[in-house]
Amino acid sequence: MNNRVANWFRFASPQNFYPLAGRLWPLFAMLGTVLAGIGLWMSFFVAPTDAQQGEGYRIIFVHVPVSWMSMIIYLVMAAWAGLGLIFNTRLSGMMATALAPTGALCAFLSLWTGALWGKPMWGTWWVWDARLTSELILLFLYLGFMALQAAIDDPRRADKAGAVLALVGVINVPIIYFSVQWWNTLHQGASVSLTRSPSMATTMLWGMLIMSIAIWMYTIAVALARVRCIILERERHADWVRHAVE
Amino acid sequence: MQWNSAAEFFAMGGYGVYVWGSFGMTVLVFVAEVWLIRRRRAAALQAIRDARLDDAGAR
Repeated sequence: MNNRVANWFRFASPQNFYPLAGRLWPLFAMLGTVLAGIGLWMSFFVAPTDAQQGEGYRIIFVHVPVSWMSMIIYLVMAAWAGLGLIFNTRLSGMMATALAPTGALCAFLSLWTGALWGKPMWGTWWVWDARLTSELILLFLYLGFMALQAAIDDPRRADKAGAVLALVGVINVPIIYFSVQWWNTLHQGASVSLTRSPSMATTMLWGMLIMSIAIWMYTIAVALARVRCIILERERHADWVRHAVE
Repeated sequence: MQWNSAAEFFAMGGYGVYVWGSFGMTVLVFVAEVWLIRRRRAAALQAIRDARLDDAGAR
């Protein structure tokens, strides 16, 4: 095995990853805070009033980032879970477990901000259409993953069971993403896509992108801080943990 | 800048409840999450210290 590959595997051990995560999370937290400051300033003071929705559209600056994040976190969580199944590394399962609560919160926020946006614009908090329902299923997948892991005492078995659930649930993510194209829905189509130029003012787009990166940084910081807790909990009988705590 | 006064800013063109309800809940959720992680870490560290004290007592 060459040196570079060996280095990557070195950090797959919780003992080596614990101090690395401890050095990294404040960096991501700082980046997230600065970007959130810039993003919020753009959301409220730079982005112009929308021609159709007035000031109500400003919900977009939190709704779209948390919705994207709820899907991205799921994919990352499932990828860690899959790696855990394949390589049987302890850290992979811990990372998946650390991401689930943040993903669940983002899915909840997506539904919450969506309801608060839907009420004034569509006249209803909720409709059982494809986009909203599949996002609700995403929230239930996160909660199911967490409940399943919490119900199994042996953490390694909990990781494996959770991994299977997480991987099966991946099918829901493209369904959420393409739901507005595949079915008739109240929900508007994507304002930003990889294939078309965005259908919105440049300052709106930048505000949204910066807020998205801010939430991304926040998620990384929180996941790293949480995985440190999980390492301490699961490895508390190991000598290195006892020495690490003064 | 599109706001002439603080009142106008908070009113959000009549959408105040919806806009601040969205941003407010998001801030609340993230602050709560950070707080819960801090508590979880403190509890994990305490459990390790307790276990070490038990070991020392048993010796």
